[in-house]
Amino acid sequence: MRMELIQPFINAADAVFAEALQAATRIGDLSMDEDTYRRKGVAALIAIKGDIEGRVILDLAPDVAMRVASQLAGAELPESEQTIRETVCELANMVIGNSVTLLNDQGFRFKVLPPEIHMSEAGLAGSVDTEAMVLCIETPCGEIYLNIAMHYLHRRRREQASVPALD
Amino acid sequence: MAQFAPLLRKDQRPVRYLVVDDSVFARKNIMKMIEMFGGEIAGEAGDGLTAIAEFNRTKPDIVLMDITMPQMEGIEAVERIVRQHADARIVMVSSVGYQENILAALQKGAKHFVQKPVKPEVLYEILRYVLGDDPNAAGAPVALAGEREA
Repeated sequence: MRMELIQPFINAADAVFAEALQAATRIGDLSMDEDTYRRKGVAALIAIKGDIEGRVILDLAPDVAMRVASQLAGAELPESEQTIRETVCELANMVIGNSVTLLNDQGFRFKVLPPEIHMSEAGLAGSVDTEAMVLCIETPCGEIYLNIAMHYLHRRRREQASVPALD
Repeated sequence: MAQFAPLLRKDQRPVRYLVVDDSVFARKNIMKMIEMFGGEIAGEAGDGLTAIAEFNRTKPDIVLMDITMPQMEGIEAVERIVRQHADARIVMVSSVGYQENILAALQKGAKHFVQKPVKPEVLYEILRYVLGDDPNAAGAPVALAGEREA
């Protein structure tokens, strides 16, 4: 697990939640996980392909998603599955977009695939046998979980290594 | 909630906006801000192709355009709109804010860029700036909300 690839996602998540919710946030428990990811609430999975590859899962309970939605809308919203899905999707997009900005400005090139929303009971496909970092971000709306698995693309690294150095 | 002086056209009518984002939630948030700025929603679209059609149909004063969208991305939509309407005023609104993206959007004719999550006060200042050189828009606060009757 390469922390230099993980850190931009943690920084972006912390900044996006603090900004979007207009409140202080706190990074809580950090742990490593190698099992198939079992979501805790509604999860958005975003895959990344390019110089670095992997995926990020953003996961929050439906009631937390509704509180976030109401905070973003500036008014209490009636609970609906659509609002929950859209809130989780939009939060994931903002976190990934801001992380990608940080990584891209460091010179990495990659493509971000659109978020997939998971609400079923099954483990998330694409998360099997992947070493991931799991962290919990505590916000005034409740806990938001991030599960990040990211690595350098080895083929690309080998290609770069095979290029002779110029004097 | 912060109060903003209405952004009005020179004819004192509300500025008309086209809001383009594939996320309904993001569109609602932006539209809520437009309401706070005294604006009017001319139309909305969830992808670049629909945005072009909606631009031609509604002729908005300002377009707020996401970048990453299905069917046609925002930067290509900007290029196509500006090719047909050189005076189009388009502000990119995206969570992906790296330099390459911003430069590409500006080169294709976008007037400005704002990164998500959007702060209302930041968007307001950018809109004021972009409207500043619009012959149809006042581009400056005319009266605080609720002051005109006073």
